[in-house]
Amino acid sequence: MNLHEYQSKQIFARYGIPVPRGRIAVNSDEAKQIAEELGGRVVVKSQVLVGGRGKAGGIRLAKSADEAQELATRILGMEIKGLPVRRVLVDEAVSIEKEIYLGITNDRASRKPVMIASAEGGVDIEEVAARTPDRIIRLHIDPLLGLREYQARDVAVAIDLPKDYWRQFMTVADGLWRVFVENDATLVEINPLVITKEKRLIALDGKMVIDDNALFRRPDIAEKRDLDVEAPEEISARKYGLSYIKLDGQIGCMVNGAGLAMATMDIIKLYGGQPANFLDIGGGAGSEKVTAAFRIILSDPNVCAVLINIFGGITRGDEVARGILAAIDQVKPKVPMIVRLVGTNAEEGRRLLADANMITAETLADAAEKSVAAAKERCNQ
Amino acid sequence: MSILINKNTKLIVQGITGNEGLFHTAQMLNYGTDVVAGVTPGKGGDWVLDGKVPVFDTVKQGVEVTGANTSVIFVPARFAPDAIFEAADAGISLVFCITEGIPVQDMMRVREYLDQKGVRMVGPNCPGALTPGETKVGIIPGNIAIPGTVGVVSRSGTLTYEVLYALKQHNMGASTCVGIGGDPVNGTNFIDVLGMFEADPRTNSVVLIGEIGGSDEERAAEFIARYMTKRVVSFIAGQTAPAGKRMGHAGAIIEGGSGTAADKIKALTNAGVQVARHPEEIPALIGE
Repeated sequence: MNLHEYQSKQIFARYGIPVPRGRIAVNSDEAKQIAEELGGRVVVKSQVLVGGRGKAGGIRLAKSADEAQELATRILGMEIKGLPVRRVLVDEAVSIEKEIYLGITNDRASRKPVMIASAEGGVDIEEVAARTPDRIIRLHIDPLLGLREYQARDVAVAIDLPKDYWRQFMTVADGLWRVFVENDATLVEINPLVITKEKRLIALDGKMVIDDNALFRRPDIAEKRDLDVEAPEEISARKYGLSYIKLDGQIGCMVNGAGLAMATMDIIKLYGGQPANFLDIGGGAGSEKVTAAFRIILSDPNVCAVLINIFGGITRGDEVARGILAAIDQVKPKVPMIVRLVGTNAEEGRRLLADANMITAETLADAAEKSVAAAKERCNQ
Repeated sequence: MSILINKNTKLIVQGITGNEGLFHTAQMLNYGTDVVAGVTPGKGGDWVLDGKVPVFDTVKQGVEVTGANTSVIFVPARFAPDAIFEAADAGISLVFCITEGIPVQDMMRVREYLDQKGVRMVGPNCPGALTPGETKVGIIPGNIAIPGTVGVVSRSGTLTYEVLYALKQHNMGASTCVGIGGDPVNGTNFIDVLGMFEADPRTNSVVLIGEIGGSDEERAAEFIARYMTKRVVSFIAGQTAPAGKRMGHAGAIIEGGSGTAADKIKALTNAGVQVARHPEEIPALIGE
């Protein structure tokens, strides 16, 4: 789950990381008022969860409160990469001497958090990493010990920060580490961290990504979720404990297990079709869950056929079949349904489904082939 | 022979009185697994499954009384890290964690601690392991595999079942099947298991089932090229997965352009591994 810049910076401030004075505005009058309070010279920043806000014209400098109002009107009417701008952050303008990059993320390969820093801030860090990898400093942090003071100093030295700034930098680095740990982040990023003409370090921008698996113990963060960035079907899937991702093909998929769901999408492609979605119904294919899954899959108008692939294992095939039939009774789909069932009593399950006019298959390849054929027949008519 | 688990495995089930724990304990007993104890705090002194398994309040008590050497964890995500620490501190040397949804920072702390203690964990978010005809730990259905010489290691649950089932359809059996789990930080990775299969006299060939996200498959490819004498075949799920989206598993995500199926397939192919286009092709690749 991604947090907005203003949300991230509010959290940074609570951990002693200096941020510019500023507030959020939902209309241009508010923006003007905030700009007046801050003395007129402000930056008006769109708050949408995509990169490239600046390039899209969503971040602008205003020299007066009136100009801030004008810019806010313009930015609040914008869409950036398909997302509506609903709020702008109005921050005091800061005089910049130098821009630094500082972030912490999880390094999967070493199974430890890693602090990443660069003397080249304010630009896309991935580009810096690709162009001049020696300009990127990476420091692993022991997850049991946490960030040690000397490590933060090491980083300051490594990015050639003058020693007058070490103390301030160590406060920022320590604060950022605590933000990372205490909010269960998978990424915290300050880009840029600036040195101002007044010789202060300030986090001009902020980004946080939170571990979805940890939201149960971070209720204050969970409620900050911005639903604009998610497809409505994905939101409704989450409510039913389903994992759903919309794609742009024609064959809907309902599968138990994430790996098998991906493999099912892949084999559809292999046989000349395109998957319409990823959907993992998880363990236990009860009729309530299956009904919800069908509704979500069929809400996509591009779907020409649905492939149901359930590897029962311990779950009995006839029970799964009854669950599917009960769901179909509720949803009454108009597209062909292809079912592949494996597990105890799978033959019995297949018989029940075939009696209800569903296309059944024994192997994955067979199921994929039949789905692609059924989808073509349905949508070419 | 087999790897990780065999008839000497004496299993303690953490979270034995929960729905999942109890159901799968019955399945494991039925398969022949030596389940010696269960743990649920507050239920010590009870017996479950018709008096077959004693329940203890703590792992320490269960280990002292029964000599359990392996643990399997079914407790909910918010309690699972503590359950792993408890097993490690009670002297268990091998922990299987089935639980899905554990915060990744918890897993980093757990892994660091286990490494210091010399305790091996398999999982989390995994189906466990199965040595067909001998024993199983976790939730892999016993009836889908027969004893044999193919080692199976996988990041995915049902996809593993799919491969075991395809092997069985061709009268091919498994030496041991290990699910290492779909989380970004886990206890045992491909390389660990490949090394065990290479050393296991019963295993003649290995199936490696990977998916998008991270670089474990790429590192496995390096390991295979350098150290493996046994045939390895593979399947990688997620060729059609979009970038930046988490595909069900916490670890299955293409980030910043890395972790794609194409990269993994290329690395494995370069290491001499035959990569199946879909899971049902695997038996033929092993047979060749």
